[in-house]
Amino acid sequence: MLLSKMKEGQSGIISSMSGNSLLRRRIREIGILNGTEVYVEKYAPLKDPLELIVKGCHISLRVEEAAKITVDDVKQDPM
Amino acid sequence: MHKKSITIALAGNPNSGKTTIFNNITGTRQKVGNWPGVTVEKKEGLISKYGYDLKIVDLPGTYSLTPFSIEEIIARNFVLEECPDVLIDIIDASNLERSLYLATQLRETDCKIMFALNMADVARTNGTKIDAEKLSELLDLPVVFTVGNKNEGIDILLTKAIELAESTVKIHQKRKVKYSKDIENAIIKLQTFIKNKVETKPTYNLRWTAIKLLENDEIIRKWILRKAGSKGDALLQEAQTLRTHLTDRFNDDPEIVMTDERYGFIAGILKEVLTTSSQNRVDISRNIDLVLTHRYFGFPIFIMFIWAMFQFTFSAGAYPMEWIDSGVTLLAAGLNSLLPDSILKDLIVNGIIPGVGSVIIFLPNILILFFCIAIFEDTGYMARAAFLMDRIMHIIGLHGKSFIPMLMGFGCNVPAVIASRTLESEKDRILTILITPFMSCSAKLPIYIVLTGAFFSTKAGTVIFSIYLIGIIVAIASGRLFRATVLKGADAPFVMELPPYRAPMLKSLLIHMWDRGKMFLKKMGGVILVGSIVVWALSAFPKDIQYSLDYASEIVRVEALYDSEIMAAGELERDVIEKKKDAAIAKLIMAQRAEKTEKSFMGRIGKSIAPVFAPLGIDWRGSVALLTGFVAKEIVVSSMGILYAVEEESDALHGALVKSNMTPLAAFSMMLFVLLYLPCIATMATIWRETGAFKWMTFSILYSTSLAWVVCFCVYQGGKIIGIN
Repeated sequence: MLLSKMKEGQSGIISSMSGNSLLRRRIREIGILNGTEVYVEKYAPLKDPLELIVKGCHISLRVEEAAKITVDDVKQDPM
Repeated sequence: MHKKSITIALAGNPNSGKTTIFNNITGTRQKVGNWPGVTVEKKEGLISKYGYDLKIVDLPGTYSLTPFSIEEIIARNFVLEECPDVLIDIIDASNLERSLYLATQLRETDCKIMFALNMADVARTNGTKIDAEKLSELLDLPVVFTVGNKNEGIDILLTKAIELAESTVKIHQKRKVKYSKDIENAIIKLQTFIKNKVETKPTYNLRWTAIKLLENDEIIRKWILRKAGSKGDALLQEAQTLRTHLTDRFNDDPEIVMTDERYGFIAGILKEVLTTSSQNRVDISRNIDLVLTHRYFGFPIFIMFIWAMFQFTFSAGAYPMEWIDSGVTLLAAGLNSLLPDSILKDLIVNGIIPGVGSVIIFLPNILILFFCIAIFEDTGYMARAAFLMDRIMHIIGLHGKSFIPMLMGFGCNVPAVIASRTLESEKDRILTILITPFMSCSAKLPIYIVLTGAFFSTKAGTVIFSIYLIGIIVAIASGRLFRATVLKGADAPFVMELPPYRAPMLKSLLIHMWDRGKMFLKKMGGVILVGSIVVWALSAFPKDIQYSLDYASEIVRVEALYDSEIMAAGELERDVIEKKKDAAIAKLIMAQRAEKTEKSFMGRIGKSIAPVFAPLGIDWRGSVALLTGFVAKEIVVSSMGILYAVEEESDALHGALVKSNMTPLAAFSMMLFVLLYLPCIATMATIWRETGAFKWMTFSILYSTSLAWVVCFCVYQGGKIIGIN
């Protein structure tokens, strides 16, 4: 499932990323890696960007960037 | 005895508490902020301790050393070019993995490096325990526990840093990241190539250079081409071949593979030093964000904050403004009576004091505005503002962060342009800088107030609001236009941390406010001083004006006339005639002043450019006033005051404007011109410096001025056609 398709309150494990290498590097540098658990905290009021919780950090990404990230094991996760 | 000096640089992730530690060590001015990349400028502090002169350098907070953002380039260049004696990496204990990522990159340089394990107390309450001894052993570097905001561990940190600087240990190769076999082979190949074939060896660590070449690092590639001589091309060719080979082998770009392998190396370390117990974290920030970035409440609250900020800026600023105003007036009056008549006195009393005074008066506004912005930054709300606004800013092709400089533009364009430094991509930065001047700055407001007061009395508020709105629309349209033409390309990825909310420290807010206020005073002060001297000179010379009337003898004649009348009149009428006499003399003096201005260099220039402004409904006096606005927009009103020959700037100018043949339509056209035409000289100088290119400043001037002319032409001529006056 694409990260951009996930709903608020869902979590999953990142399985792959596509997109240009600058974006992929930036995402890794801020601590989002393959195998990392992400939790979709919320979407901004205008539905873009979205806020993720990754290892306790709150990170925001645009929807178009989240669309480059594939997530496995998506489940509703009361956090 | 001469003391030995040691340079210590502080590196670390944004929000790792680096700046707080810097403040604690140096005790000097530095701001603590949450907004990613708040410490853009290199800040230094000098202290003497333990028999050494310590130079502490606070590097910008970064997540890595890739040269994509200006902060990263600054940090990296400092580490590489200036080789600090010790590099202290501030590690955020609650986010060890990401902190270590930067550390692995710092480790690849030749620097002596040590860790300050910061905020370990917070991490512990969140259930994270770090074995510092093990970490120190694994990476072979000193590790010191610190709690920045409680000033704990700072002394030990400095002692250890000095110890490390004085030691002669070599950094062990095996403590650095070891990549997989294919990559290590490629690194060795490149290293050998450089060693054997390139005449001018890179001044950087060889392994580091090889790694960067494999990562296709733009800056190193350019450096090689410039410095490595004839073999530079061949070296890049070799690197490219190896990159292609590695891409085939791993089915991904080498830089991504290497990033993952660094994280693999870190994972190994974490396994040994980190124990996490699943304690329930109390995340207050999350609860605050439930409200502040709420789907429905988020925007209203944001707008309320912004409104409150401007309200506070202008209402609380009004009192000190009055004091400064009366102070300036008092000073001018005092000097006027103290100094003997001379050109110098004229320069000081009529040039420098009103010129500089008209800018200083805005200092309270600027300080309060910066204080509010510092609160937004230090609490962490600024990142939320970017989060809320990104969707809207993205329409112009900009990053949510661009909202901040544009917002500051309503206060003053100079700090606004400087604030655009927080943007990562150069194109975003230039685009933001180019459209920020359309945010109507506070110095333009008095002009709108005077003109709307005279021509739109009951609808003044609406008209001023429409001017601001037009500025925003023009900014958006220009942004889209630039994005499609001169600044083509996608905007930078919006990968941004929303840091935890923190209670701002008053000391840091004040330091922040004063730092920026000082910048305003210094940068504007100098330019304004020169500018007001130029304006004064242009309006004071030539001295030998041929007046149409001999004012001096006319005054004498009028005086005599009234005096004889007073003599003849009865006791009761004398007061009335006395007043009439004063009024008549004042009128003559004013007429002389107006004629003097008209025939001065300034007036001549104004008259010669008046035909350009005529189609916009602006007469020669308006043209001159606009011309003086080149120095500072504040001057436009005072120029209008002089030119329309009135004593007072406010109420009387209203009357004079109404009496002149200016129409409401012409007044609106003039306000539009003020809104859109070239920014003041201080802003232009800042644009030049911040874009690093003369051409962008020129572009900004030409674009805004021609746009102003075209818009005003359409509005004025169009308005006349459809019969509005």
